[in-house]
This record gives sequence, structure tokens and C-alpha cells, in this order.
Amino acid sequence: MLIKSTNRSDSKESDVTDEKIYLNRREIVKNMGFLGAGTLLSTSAAASVFDLFGDDTPPALFKQTNLEFTPDKPFAEELTPEEKTITHNNFYEFGAQKHQPAELAQGFKVDPWQLKISGEVEKPFTLDYDDLYSSFDLEERIYRLRCVEAWSMVVPWIGFSLADLVKKAKPTSKAKYLAFETLYDPKQMPGQRNRRLGGGIDYPYLEGLRMDEAMNPLAIMSVGLYGKTLPPQNGAPIRLVVPWKYGFKSIKSVVGIKFVEKQPPTTWNILAANEYGFYANVNPDVDHPRWSQASERRITTGGIFAQNRIATLPFNGYGDQVAGLYKGMNLRKLY
Amino acid sequence: MAIAVSQKAIPYLKALVHITALYPLVNLYYQAISDRLGADPVEVVIHFTGIGALNLLLISLLISPAAKFFKIGALIQFRRMIGLYAFFYALCHILNFLSFEVQFDLQLFIDEVFERPYITVGMTAFLLLTALAVTSIAKIRRKMKKNWQTLHNFTYLIALLGVVHFYWSVKSEIIEPLIYGGLYAILMGFRHQKVQGWRKKRPQ
Repeated sequence: MLIKSTNRSDSKESDVTDEKIYLNRREIVKNMGFLGAGTLLSTSAAASVFDLFGDDTPPALFKQTNLEFTPDKPFAEELTPEEKTITHNNFYEFGAQKHQPAELAQGFKVDPWQLKISGEVEKPFTLDYDDLYSSFDLEERIYRLRCVEAWSMVVPWIGFSLADLVKKAKPTSKAKYLAFETLYDPKQMPGQRNRRLGGGIDYPYLEGLRMDEAMNPLAIMSVGLYGKTLPPQNGAPIRLVVPWKYGFKSIKSVVGIKFVEKQPPTTWNILAANEYGFYANVNPDVDHPRWSQASERRITTGGIFAQNRIATLPFNGYGDQVAGLYKGMNLRKLY
Repeated sequence: MAIAVSQKAIPYLKALVHITALYPLVNLYYQAISDRLGADPVEVVIHFTGIGALNLLLISLLISPAAKFFKIGALIQFRRMIGLYAFFYALCHILNFLSFEVQFDLQLFIDEVFERPYITVGMTAFLLLTALAVTSIAKIRRKMKKNWQTLHNFTYLIALLGVVHFYWSVKSEIIEPLIYGGLYAILMGFRHQKVQGWRKKRPQ
């Protein structure tokens, strides 16, 4: 694979945290003692209650397989180490704390899977598990990922152009928006059956794009990262990646894409419309009520002393490709 | 039945409290420096010290009701050190934010304190807590006479601000902050007579 950090500190093997330490992280924090358990009522309590009903032994690591794809050009910025990308996840279906999805999602079943393309299209179709990897050309895309919480990563995704999927469906003239939906399966997704674990949001998780956004060449449906299929915590088996928008737009474990006439409801916008807009384009000039969006912490290698605060770029640095989509729109109001 | 604790045992018990309070912090920073706290150690150390401060604050509020209820007078001798550890954790919390989150961008730090209501609330709580920590020195306490108790009653407000700060800081996971709110309400419930006393004293 062609991933090579071109400058600055290349990550050495010794920089990479031992997987065992990651997997035992909660145990380590617990061992810090009573204050260290995080809280008097740490969420691990919820997890252990859950464990009572589940299997005592944690399920084996989710099996990822290698993918064949066209590699991307080398990226000028340092990649986030794979171990960090797959252990630091906002995927509330598997727990609202960032370390939880990597721990609670390992038993997630992705095969069989069905992704249904429906709505205002001439040719509705369904992609089964194998189709996800074989229907379209897979290519690597190394993208910045900017979370609304003001941290960011650089991730080598593997996927196909969303535009190719749209073209295959042949949208009718009524199709103005795409409505995306994550799997709803409380049996498999502990956050969907436990409000505390699931962060108190309503499921299934919903997202949406305008048709011209979906047709932009940057938008991809991703089925892998770092050369392999997606692990569940990153949205297996298939997820959206729209790198010029805050991370929550890039919906995970998608089971439905419906072409619709009106702007569809989206999960975080329903929850707090003053904090999360439909567009959610990365914009350093419009702050979130609780975070300045002017800068971000880039998660790469290094411990707590890593000086990683960098300026946030409009459209996450993809302005050349996407700014035209929003010409004439007041992006302070339509955040 | 009153439980008597031998004065001889007090220093040992205090040493135990010191270890219990300090060990998690030492361990936390050791893990953080050696990059063993996951992908984003910054978030972990900030959250850990913040929750630690709140826990200690609530424990300090539990001490006098517990001492009365179980008739263990000796417990009162631990209240000051636990309050001071709450201050110390809160100090670490803020230093973590300043050094690791905004990375000494002082302008950003000041902007965040004034522009984000939840940080304004948290900082207010911290400044009040600092006043309590400073005046916990025995000499100053004696000099303040009656005013000392008046000032230290602010601990009830500080704990409330701490809970509000926590509630306001989360995206949607409000259940845990609500539980803290409930614990705070229970701790204040133990003091309902005192609180009602203030009400009556107030001129109509």
C-alpha cells in the first residue's frame, strides 16, 4: 500500500500503543481506584450489568479482511495511527464514551447485510453483503476527519463514489435529497436498548445530504480503512464519508438510502437544532455553543504532551472542491 | 451508639486518605504521559479530574450528616483535607484544560471561559473553591471568626455549580449528570433545617 508519511515524524512501531493496553483500558482506569473509576456511578457499572445477561467472556475480535483497491496518492499530513482510529469512536449505538464502541461492538454481525436504495428513483435496488465490495470500483481516499467536538484525524478510507451509486439508481426529477439510516437492532446494539449507554438519543440514527452534495466526487460510501474492511466501531460494513462536514454527518452501518423531495430529518439536528444544523459544514467562523471551531486537536502519535492544536480550515480544507455548492447561502444561518 | 475513633488512629487514617486521593492522579498522569490512555488522553485527563473534583466535593458534603447520623465525631477531622483535595482535583482539571486542550493559547482560554456558559459556571465554582481553600488555613480561619462559616457555606453553591457545569458540558448523555443532581439534592435535604433557617432570616 502506498501510505507514506512524507514529512515530520513518521510513526514508529514503538509509538504505537500495544493493543493489549487498549483492550484493557477500562480495567486500567478501574484499577486507578475508586475516584479513578471515573465516577461514583461509572458507566462501566452499566456495562457490567449488561455483562450479567450476556456472555462472560468478551467476544473475539471482529474479523477484518484485506481489500483490493486503487491506492490514493501520498497525503501531506501525518496519518492517524490505525490503533487510534479504531479505538476512539463516536458510535452511540455501542456506547456514548469513545472507548466503548471498540469494546462493545466486536460481536457485531455484518453478514448478511442489506443496503436498500429506494424512494424517488427509477431503479431501486438492494446491495447484499458481497455486493458492497463488488458492485463498484473500490479506491482509497485519504481524508481529514473533523469532529464537531474539535478533534480531528487523518484516515485512509476505502470505498466507492457515492455519485456512482446515485447514477445506478437513476433518481427521478423529484429526488432532491438523500435520507440515510443506520441499522436499528437493539439486540446487537446495546446503546439502542439502554438509554444511558446510548447517550439518550433516539434511534435509528438518521442523516441526510442534498443531491448535489451526494454527487460531489469527494463523497464516498466507505467499506474499509487501512487496507481492510471496516471494523464495527467505525461503521461496518458500509458508511458514508463526507470529509468537508463534521463527523456526525458521516453516518455508520447504513441500511437505507432513500431519495426524497424534502430535506430529511437528521438525528443531531432533531436533538438540538441550535447546535447542529442540517449542513454541518466544517466552518471555523461559526462556533458550536460549547466548542470553539476555530482550531482543533489533531490526533496522531504522542502522549498527552503532543502539541497538536492546529487551525481549522473552512470546509475542512476541501473548499476548492465544495465551496461552490453553497454559493449564495448564508452559512452562519445554515450551519 | 457513638463510635469512638482513637486519636492515635487519626494520623494513619489521614495517611490512607492521602494515598487514596493521590494514587489515582499519579497513575492517571503516568498513563497519560506514556500514551496509554487511548487515542485522546486529553479528554480522559480532563474528564477524570473534573469528575474526581465533583466526587470529592460531594463526599465532603456527606461528612457532617454522616458524622451526626452514625455518631462518629472523628469524621469531621477529615472534612478539611477532603475539601482541599476537591480543590486540588479542580485545579488539575483547569490546568489540564489550559495546557493540554487549548495548549497555552491564553486568548483562546479566556474566550472559552467567557463565551461558553458551562465553562463560565465551572470557573465561577473554581474561584469560589479557591477562596475556601485559602481560608482553610487555621490562622486565617481564626481571624475571620463568624465570617468564616458564612464564606464556607458557599460550598453548597459550589457543588451546585459543579453539577450544572457537568450537565451543561455533555452532548446528550444527561443521565449521569442528573444522577449527580439527585445526589446533590439528597445531600442538601440533610440540611433542610439550615437552609430554611436562612430563608427565615431574610427580610421580607
